Amino acid sequence: MFYYLGLIVEYFKNYMKTRLTYRADFWVEVISDLLFQATNFIFILVVFMHTDSLGGWSQNEVIFVYGFFMVPYAVFSCFVNMWNFSERYIVKGEMDRVLTRPAHHLFQIFLENIDPPALIGAVVGMVIMVISGGQLGLPFEWWTIPALIVLTLSAVAIYTGIYTALTSLSFYSDAPTGILPLMFNIQNYGRYPVTIYNRTIQILLTWVIPFAFVGIYPAALFLQREEMTSMALLTPVMGAIFLTIGLLAWNMGVRRYKGAGS
Amino acid sequence: MLAYRVNYYTGILIYTLNIGVNYFTWKAIYGEGDSLGGFTAVQMTTYVAVSWMARAFYFNNLDREISTDIRDGSIAIQFIRPYNYVFVKMMQGLGEGMFRFLLFMIPGMAIAMLLFPVQLPTAPSAWAGFLVMLIFSFLINSQINVITGLSAFFIENNEGVMRMKRVLVDLFSGLIVPISLFPGWLSKVLEVLPFQAITYLPGSVFTGRVQGVGIWNVLGIQVFWFVALIIPMILLYRAARQRLFVQGG
Repeated sequence: MFYYLGLIVEYFKNYMKTRLTYRADFWVEVISDLLFQATNFIFILVVFMHTDSLGGWSQNEVIFVYGFFMVPYAVFSCFVNMWNFSERYIVKGEMDRVLTRPAHHLFQIFLENIDPPALIGAVVGMVIMVISGGQLGLPFEWWTIPALIVLTLSAVAIYTGIYTALTSLSFYSDAPTGILPLMFNIQNYGRYPVTIYNRTIQILLTWVIPFAFVGIYPAALFLQREEMTSMALLTPVMGAIFLTIGLLAWNMGVRRYKGAGS
Repeated sequence: MLAYRVNYYTGILIYTLNIGVNYFTWKAIYGEGDSLGGFTAVQMTTYVAVSWMARAFYFNNLDREISTDIRDGSIAIQFIRPYNYVFVKMMQGLGEGMFRFLLFMIPGMAIAMLLFPVQLPTAPSAWAGFLVMLIFSFLINSQINVITGLSAFFIENNEGVMRMKRVLVDLFSGLIVPISLFPGWLSKVLEVLPFQAITYLPGSVFTGRVQGVGIWNVLGIQVFWFVALIIPMILLYRAARQRLFVQGG
């Protein structure tokens, strides 16, 4: 355990060194992250310019859900970043280097790609929650903070599970997985009231690619939406299940890794 | 590409899912009303489907490819070859786009039409016009990509710039929200930017919504931006050749 914590520190130092080489880029990245969030935000604002409620949810409620959505997403993109896994580790053969080391391979890959600027999104998300929550008059209970932590971690587990499972597909086909960018669009839909979708899409977003659990369901707990409370409480379970699926898929995939020719 | 079958089938599935989710989101937004920003519900569905499918054609990763070439230094070899680097990249993108047009767009559209109330025009002239506009969408989007990619010569790590570009193109091209729904001042700003020529204008014409701005007007705007964007592209390319700076590799 201490060994792994030590590794985190070392990797972070390393990260800082590379970052200081490309200093201007740091701020460009922070701004582009926030800009990405802003586009979704603009979407919500534009939508509510033309309607009062989205499937029975008011503007402030939808904004609150979005604020929550930003928090686990930021944590996930800080620690789990597998966008070019296939190109970097399989095609270029860097997986060989990772596998010869004693620490767990997936852990090393996560650490090699940490992206701390992403965490600023979590701060912005919390500010949004406080502001919109205040306007809605949401009570601050003793369980608010613990619930926020547990639900955030569960949501991060869901993200990690889904993306790890998908990335491990690149062990089977040597395709640079084009699925990830497409999936990326879908995760954004988890923050809208899923009840507006038809049955198939609801089931898909709840049980198959459970992105509803990274946004609307857990946020509903804080919004005191009774119809979704049971779903919100299910979030940690889903997190555990999907993280397990992801890790199993990954471990099976690694066993098939043969190394690149170069 | 055909070897990557998993990618292919899931790709079609995910595009359909994207259209589906967008469709239901808009349906919820419409509620009881029947017109938003000049779009009826059916026109909006069609617009969403057409925009996503058009994206399958014009989307490419030229920015990423170019900046990778620059970063690992292989651009030096490409520069001494007897062809124009930018032109070759654009053609590669076009090849990829045509492949996706045949294997993504057409089957994807067929599925979308089965599932959702998509209404495509019947007039052959609308189709011909749309195909031409699609080519220009591709050209303008690729030009923006090439410019972003070449910027790696000047800002050595342009990851952030590339992400910013992707976000700007998706939002300001009207893929996520049709431009006519934006607040007045913002749509005024967007009207003088090139992004609307990528998705919004062709999509509007094809859904039969834009009566005032006819096909010829849209084509004119697209040609204008195509020509206007050639200039920064050439300048950047020239400057880049002077400034070749290989970071290792």
